[in-house]
Amino acid sequence: MTETSGSAVSVRGLKKVFGKVEAVKGIDFEVAPGEVFGFLGPNGAGKTTTISMLCTLARPSGGTALVAGHDVVRERDEVRRNIGLVFQDPTLDGYLTAEQNLRFHAELYGLPRALVGERIRQVMEMVALWDRKDGKVMTFSGGMKRRLEIARGLLHSPRVLFLDEPTVGLDPQTRSAIWGYINKLRRTEDITIFMTTHYMDEAEYCDRIAIIDHGEIVVIDSPEALKASVGKDRVQIQTGDDEAAIGALRERFGVEAAVHEGQVTFAVPSGEQFVPRLFAELGVPIKSVSVSRPSLDDVFMSYTGTTIRDAESDAGGANQWMRAMARR
Amino acid sequence: MTAETIPIRVPAPGAARDVRAIKVVLHREMLRFVNDRTRLVTMLFQPVLWLFIMGTGLGTLVAGAIPGLDFRTFMYPGMIAMTVISTAMFSAGSIVWDREFGFLREMLVAPVSRGAIVLGKCLGGAIVATGQGVVILAMAGLVGVPYDPLLMVTLLAEMFLAAFTITAFGVTLAARMKNMQTFFGIMQMAIMPMIFLSGAMFPLANLPSWLHVLTTVNPLTYAVDPMRQAVFAHLDVAPQVNAMLNPGVSWFGWQVPIAVEAGLVAAAGLLLLGVAVAQFRRAD
Repeated sequence: MTETSGSAVSVRGLKKVFGKVEAVKGIDFEVAPGEVFGFLGPNGAGKTTTISMLCTLARPSGGTALVAGHDVVRERDEVRRNIGLVFQDPTLDGYLTAEQNLRFHAELYGLPRALVGERIRQVMEMVALWDRKDGKVMTFSGGMKRRLEIARGLLHSPRVLFLDEPTVGLDPQTRSAIWGYINKLRRTEDITIFMTTHYMDEAEYCDRIAIIDHGEIVVIDSPEALKASVGKDRVQIQTGDDEAAIGALRERFGVEAAVHEGQVTFAVPSGEQFVPRLFAELGVPIKSVSVSRPSLDDVFMSYTGTTIRDAESDAGGANQWMRAMARR
Repeated sequence: MTAETIPIRVPAPGAARDVRAIKVVLHREMLRFVNDRTRLVTMLFQPVLWLFIMGTGLGTLVAGAIPGLDFRTFMYPGMIAMTVISTAMFSAGSIVWDREFGFLREMLVAPVSRGAIVLGKCLGGAIVATGQGVVILAMAGLVGVPYDPLLMVTLLAEMFLAAFTITAFGVTLAARMKNMQTFFGIMQMAIMPMIFLSGAMFPLANLPSWLHVLTTVNPLTYAVDPMRQAVFAHLDVAPQVNAMLNPGVSWFGWQVPIAVEAGLVAAAGLLLLGVAVAQFRRAD
């Protein structure tokens, strides 16, 4: 067990059963200190349930989990002292000011009084809310509330910060601002970040991601390695006759193509080298061509056989119920 | 951009930590109360209505039966109790509100004992309710109750005791509730009969025996009676009027002393506090 003792998060055979539904089916993973670790999957895949267990808010049905070196069941208070939490749903008191919310947190966590004022200023400046410290939280926008929650989650210098869908429901500008803070955090604080997301573009910022689907981890690796493992580039062409082009691709190159976003789309290994052959041999006029490296969307697709959106509409009903159970 | 780290660590749990948690939960309760002036005023509306409208109206009807005493003076301790009870219940109900709006999670995930959070909530509710009761206390002169310092202090202490127990009752009730409507529905159902049967509105002397039994088993009776006894001890009333309006509580002919009544209310408060803490522990 020596290798796990240094991990920020160490999970073995973790399981959660709600009635007859197995929400999390015995997963294993390690998160190294200082890492930004992403839990990626459609809604209802078991992300929030897993995070609830790691945060001591839900009792595992089986397996073990150590967070900051402490067992989430047997050393609950130890775990709580070492983690910060930002939930999907707001947990602020709207009738108090931003600063009062943080003061409340500081008192509840028993932080040393001499340092609290300075620390509050530091975290609020980080999320650019210091000038709004005396504003009632109920007057804040969704993005401001989320930023305040991040500041509060950091107030007690947790060793592991859990972010459950930190950018869901926010506009693109606020989303990128929040990513700015997270990137700043990994430079300024000695902290491990564990986050869940179902936005593929955001998973790119993580050091490593775990793809979770139907309560199981499908694969864990760095975004680059995952994309490389898919191995195929996506080629999109505009042609004079799409039907003929698709037919020609099948006959002459043995490639299955389909029309996506108004363009003939297909995947081939090393797309750049394929394009010259395509022009020479297709026999259908080509108006434009684009080659893109695989995205995490493609990765998700290749590991689960479905796009993240289709998986979500599938899991919709069960997911609502499981979240209700997990929230309690 | 200075990125100087501030060496903050969360200290280990202990008594000092719990005391700070109790204080901050209590402090929040008071901040919320002071900031919400509407609530402050609406909570006073009902007792004032009872006291000055119903009290005056009924007073003319019963004036002949109680020579030398204003019926509103009789109602006054009951209305103090009513104010304290409704405010305390409302404070307890804010737990349901906290759950609906997520703030309860912030408290429950903190590395601090459940007992500290529940106790903070109960003390906060009790202080807020006592504060509200002080406004009614200030009206004593209007209904012929003297501003005697000893009486005021006695009433304050009795108000606090009643408020604490009622908040603990409310928190026990709120521990499992998921929305405000249900809570207030159930609260109305529990509180209204308890107030009616407590002697807050009519004297408990010469009642039909079934009603007498109900008033005796009603815990609120033991919160209202000491207040009335305190007020009547500072009045100059004829013995037969006193016997009619301030009969006290008796068990099979034994007059229950005030100390026992207060002890009963305190014991109920501690018991309910224990139940509330257990409820929150179980919810883990």
